Amino acid sequence: MDLFSNLALGFATATSLENLFFCLIGVLLGTLIGVLPGIGATATIAMLLPITFQLEPVSSLIMLAGIYYGAQYGGSTTAILINMPGESSSAVTAIDGYQMARKGKAGAALAIAAIGSFFAGTVSTFLVAIFAPPLTEIALQFGAAEYFSLMVVGLVSSIALAHGSIVKALAMVALGLLLGLVGTDIYTGTPRFTLGIREYADGLNFVAVAVGVFGIAEILRNLENEKSRSVLVSKVSGLLPTKEDFRAMVAPVLRGTVIGSILGILPGGGAILAAFASYTVEKKVSKNPQEFGQGAVAGVAGPESANNAGAQTSFIPLLTLGIPANPVMALMIGAMIIQGIVPGPNVAVEQPALFWGIIASMWIGNLMLVVLNLPLIGLWVKLLTIPYYVLFPIIMAFCSIGVYSVNSNVYDLYSVAFFGFIGYVLVKLRCEPAPLLLGFVLGPLLEENLRRAMILSRGDPTTFVTRPISAGLLFVAALVLVVVFLPSVKKKREEVFVEED
Amino acid sequence: MNSLKFDTTNLICGLLFVLTGIYFAYQAFELELGTAFRMGPGYFPFILACALMLFGVIILVQAARVHGEPIGHIAWRGMLFILPAPIFFGLTVRGLGFVPALFFTALIASFASGRMKPLTAVVLSAALTVFAVAVFIYGLGLPFRSFGPWLGL
Repeated sequence: MDLFSNLALGFATATSLENLFFCLIGVLLGTLIGVLPGIGATATIAMLLPITFQLEPVSSLIMLAGIYYGAQYGGSTTAILINMPGESSSAVTAIDGYQMARKGKAGAALAIAAIGSFFAGTVSTFLVAIFAPPLTEIALQFGAAEYFSLMVVGLVSSIALAHGSIVKALAMVALGLLLGLVGTDIYTGTPRFTLGIREYADGLNFVAVAVGVFGIAEILRNLENEKSRSVLVSKVSGLLPTKEDFRAMVAPVLRGTVIGSILGILPGGGAILAAFASYTVEKKVSKNPQEFGQGAVAGVAGPESANNAGAQTSFIPLLTLGIPANPVMALMIGAMIIQGIVPGPNVAVEQPALFWGIIASMWIGNLMLVVLNLPLIGLWVKLLTIPYYVLFPIIMAFCSIGVYSVNSNVYDLYSVAFFGFIGYVLVKLRCEPAPLLLGFVLGPLLEENLRRAMILSRGDPTTFVTRPISAGLLFVAALVLVVVFLPSVKKKREEVFVEED
Repeated sequence: MNSLKFDTTNLICGLLFVLTGIYFAYQAFELELGTAFRMGPGYFPFILACALMLFGVIILVQAARVHGEPIGHIAWRGMLFILPAPIFFGLTVRGLGFVPALFFTALIASFASGRMKPLTAVVLSAALTVFAVAVFIYGLGLPFRSFGPWLGL
């Protein structure tokens, strides 16, 4: 079996002492920052991205992936213990997890979240291993027109899954694409939108934009009204769930895994949607729906499994097509490009050790989380008590070092401040930053493929609809747009996001 | 009734997008547009800028019809101290060197919070600088100069 020899290669790569070490560091750092107040996974990765640049490509991507799961896990911990989801995808966990903690079952809730996540992570790692290769085969036949259409699908889905107004999300995509085009035009060498600053000729630094829009903007938002946080439980005991808890969690975990795996593949950020979908399903099928919101085991187990499964399968479009499914994946693309790897179907063919190593490390990372975090929970709880005003100077210092170390370009630091300001203004105007970042990453690729496709077709725009795969993809994009604008869906969508806030 | 009342958030948002769109469209127009067959450097940005203006106008129209919640509290003090921090680091990291640049960057950022006491800020910044030197210069071996030429060292 190809699958097994590939997985063997992956595990051989991922279990090298060096990679295990970086996976561990990634998971620990991710959890640490995920637990700290006010910083989500995207901001965490954006800030820690520069640390990984000095490493080998495989180690660096493994570490980044580890940070991602770690931050997700840390987010659930804060959701359960202080009712403050560190991540939007663990917002659902806060509903019932916090109630369980109030009833003195904090330990059980944390364990259920960890075990559910681990199970979902295991299943979805295999799904990635099974589905990635055939998808790569298909993707290898893609031409410029198909790539263009595929990216359109990605951008449209990110709009569908953004909070709030759809028109604003569309505008954010357009703005992101424009910002992505800053720099030298690849065909003619003309500098574009660089304000005459030579340092911007290579384009705006991706890390600087991401740190500004996600990291700095988030800090400013947290500074609006500083509140003291009260930790509900200072000492967590009774980590092992009871037999009834186990019985109550089996079915929700299974359903959550299925829902999460499917929704995670959708470009545009499936993990959040997966968690909500799972919660809704659990509430519908439950014999005692009145328990939900009062500390139902299923309300923690289902969504936690679903968001972890979704986080995992969102690697499928990244690894096979080079298309990011969410802002975190956009950061991974940025990391790959900086490491000199062109994301896309060729990665699996040309660098099998990297490709399978990352897949194998996902499972190892999840295992480490379960093994390490349950005993370390006391430490994480202590961290929750660190006041915010001590944290953000540290964050600012590390952001500055990190961004500067990428290219030793001081103009990147000015971009951080500028995009921090822009990011904050946009947040205040209720515009979601995720579509902007996605547009920023895809901007140059989108333009390149558009221009190439038009040259190949001798200026005939119908090429996008006469090639079957491209036409199919554009049809999907159109369908998604029509669906989000349908009045009934629009209303439902608003409800979902209101609940989340 | 008061028919000319706008939702401030959307009004600002729409105007911002329209103005940004106009700026990019103007800049793109200065570049060579080219044809659909052989697109010049300005073609795709010009289309995007027009799209951005269109979305801005739609948001403006919505601003007149739908009313949302007000913008709310703005972190003026945060912006005043947080945003200059990376700029200061950029201006001084080569001249002053890594150690003083980082120390003052952290110190500036510290004052973004009204709860930070001056002494705590100094201690925190110093500890942070020591830690960062250990990790980045000795640990990761990044090529930063600890003290720069401005100090005459």
